[in-house]
Amino acid sequence: MTMHTLSVLVENKPGVLARVSGLFSRRGFNIDSLAVGETENPDVSRITIVVNAESSPLEQVTKQLNKLVNVLKIVELDPQVSVARELLLVKVRADRNARGQVLETVNLFRARVVDVAPDTLTIEATGTPDKLDALLRDLEPFGIKEMVQSGTVAIGRGSRSITAGPALRAA
Amino acid sequence: MTRPTPETLAHSARRARPAAEPAGDTDHAPTPRTASAPAAPAVRQAAPAQVSGAGSLVRSLEALGVDVVFGIPGGAILPAYDPLYDSTVRHILVRHEQGAGHAATGYAQATGKVGVCMATSGPGATNLVTPIADAYMDSVPLVAITGQVARPSIGTDAFQEADIQGITLPITKHNFLVQTADEIPRVLAEAFHLASTGRPGPVLVDIPKDVLQAPTTFAWPPTLDLPGYRPTLHPHGKQIREAARLMSTARRPVLYVGGGVLKAGATEGLRRLAELTGIPVVTTLMALGAFPDSHRQHLGMPGMHGTVAAVYGLQKADLIVALGARFDDRVTGRLDSFAPDATVVHADIDPAEIGKNRHADVPIVGDAKHVIDELIAAVTTERAARPAAELADWWTQLDDLRKRYPLGYEEPADGTLSPQYVIKRLGEIAGPDTVYVAGVGQHQMWASQFISYEKPYTWLNSGGLGTMGYAVPAAMGAKVGKPDTTVWAVDGDGCFQMTNQELATCALEGIPIKVAVINNGNLGMVRQWQTLFYGERYSNTELGTHKHRIPDFVKLAEALGCVGLRCENAADVDKTIAAAMEINDAPVVIDFVVGKDAMVWPMVAAGTSNDEIMFARGVRPDFDEDEL
Repeated sequence: MTMHTLSVLVENKPGVLARVSGLFSRRGFNIDSLAVGETENPDVSRITIVVNAESSPLEQVTKQLNKLVNVLKIVELDPQVSVARELLLVKVRADRNARGQVLETVNLFRARVVDVAPDTLTIEATGTPDKLDALLRDLEPFGIKEMVQSGTVAIGRGSRSITAGPALRAA
Repeated sequence: MTRPTPETLAHSARRARPAAEPAGDTDHAPTPRTASAPAAPAVRQAAPAQVSGAGSLVRSLEALGVDVVFGIPGGAILPAYDPLYDSTVRHILVRHEQGAGHAATGYAQATGKVGVCMATSGPGATNLVTPIADAYMDSVPLVAITGQVARPSIGTDAFQEADIQGITLPITKHNFLVQTADEIPRVLAEAFHLASTGRPGPVLVDIPKDVLQAPTTFAWPPTLDLPGYRPTLHPHGKQIREAARLMSTARRPVLYVGGGVLKAGATEGLRRLAELTGIPVVTTLMALGAFPDSHRQHLGMPGMHGTVAAVYGLQKADLIVALGARFDDRVTGRLDSFAPDATVVHADIDPAEIGKNRHADVPIVGDAKHVIDELIAAVTTERAARPAAELADWWTQLDDLRKRYPLGYEEPADGTLSPQYVIKRLGEIAGPDTVYVAGVGQHQMWASQFISYEKPYTWLNSGGLGTMGYAVPAAMGAKVGKPDTTVWAVDGDGCFQMTNQELATCALEGIPIKVAVINNGNLGMVRQWQTLFYGERYSNTELGTHKHRIPDFVKLAEALGCVGLRCENAADVDKTIAAAMEINDAPVVIDFVVGKDAMVWPMVAAGTSNDEIMFARGVRPDFDEDEL
């Protein structure tokens, strides 16, 4: 099985996320990550779905997704020609003794400190899932008190836009 | 029939619509049967008028050409019933919402128009779930309108609140929760458009009570706003040419015809294509009537209880041309051994069906009517260039199988009435113009086997969901849609006990359907499986309709305002059917008391390969001598 990243453009209407996510579970797919937000067109939302699947069942679920009346367009993003990012917020134990080492790791990964407490630092990092995994591995020895991660968002490289097109303008 | 007195509706104070009917309301344009219907439901124009949401709903239904709605009122939908009281739209008050849903389905299947049912919130809406799921599986154009609790109460577990939009997400083509009264005409127009175009299916419109009561402006026609809905109707020319080439070079081709051909109104074209190519035809359970049973090229129905020739034809084919069919498990048997040598051309209006179960070598997305018309043109061109492969050897084999393994049955050894004989005689006496509506089980399979379907839209049944209880309400809907046609429900004693209350509706509303209850005293198909696979341990399949005559179907029919007849031996079959055919001013029920041991054959046991089809118990057709 391989990871596939789908960008799904949908009408920005109530209940659309339930239709999309329900379809995945109904057809027996586990969603690895899901992120949703408005696009440059406020009538259109973009759902980025990362799913672990063989390509032929994935084709079936893509076709079923396309049948949802509120789905405008589906594009599978090729990792070679797209940029994918996640956001990580992590609260790390960092007392007076460890703080210097933690900050060094933060700088190495070009992450940022967003909150400071006497015995912890809260760190914000964005990047590919691989980079964030590496950061977490390095922070682990200090003690991770709490963490939260966003779903992957992804966009194609180059000047072409998947939101261009007559269907989407009509939306 | 008498209407309810105004007093019964009086507490719904507002009569939002002016009493005068707008002119032209009776000018109902029928919804076109083909999936290539025009996008805009432009029945007529209506100048903006001040109405309530409920008034807007009813006027939308009128503008959409709806002539009948099946339903039951209740608290949340009550505002809609007030303007309905004055409307040209006929409302048929059913006895259970499931009956409303199946009636709308029967109406749609018989006429090709959108069927409409209406129910209140909560239990009214959840009672529609089964017929909605049924219509979803069989791609029936259905619009279900439900009342919902008022918007401020949504999400509070209010009285009779159910999230019917959420409940029906997986079983509707689309559904709506209407947010404001102003959007009612647009949503209704979109619902009808979605239900009837592309691959048809059920659409639910849930309307909160306060939206029905709110003042609004009704104007027609509205502008549809469905940017994500663009069904592909016209097939790709290259794929059509490739299919035509294969149809001319194949030596063992079969046309595998599904319900999509009926939905598209493509039966004339199918006949021309079949006769042009000389290719054998099989029609699925959902497609009976799409190609005349009596046609020389018709091999019958494929699948679990199909004919040996149809099952073998697909199994040994070198080319399967699937038209509006979906390679359902009841047709294919074990998929990994289904038609191992066949190249597959798969044409369907729904791209998700293509390659879902069986890989398609030539995928064609399009409406069956366009696909068939373009195939005829391409095959004609192809055959002008070079002669087509000779099919004589193929036909010799198939004819031999038809001769050796025809559909048939043995008379019961215990002297009881044979259910197959009853159904066969019914088909012969009622004839090819009658609409036959079956429930689900043995009687359904026998009705598919022993009645000859010569014309499209004369066979209605619940194919995909297999809904027991479908027959009586669906027959009611079919009769409403085609009042001048004889409609026979062929039902089982198990099915009949699930929905026979709608006979009261038929009796009161003047809907004289005829019901043949094939009463074997048991849940016959389940009993057959117990006989074959569970060592004849008949756990909970005996219904007592023989042993105790509970219920007595003749008395039950009479209690429901119908004529009740009973037939218990072969000698009386013809005259009992003839007596029922004579009665046209009331519904008729015949209790055919038949033997309980009759089984449906041929049979491909569930989960086995079509190669293992059994012609009768312990009798396997000998295919080996036919090996090519």
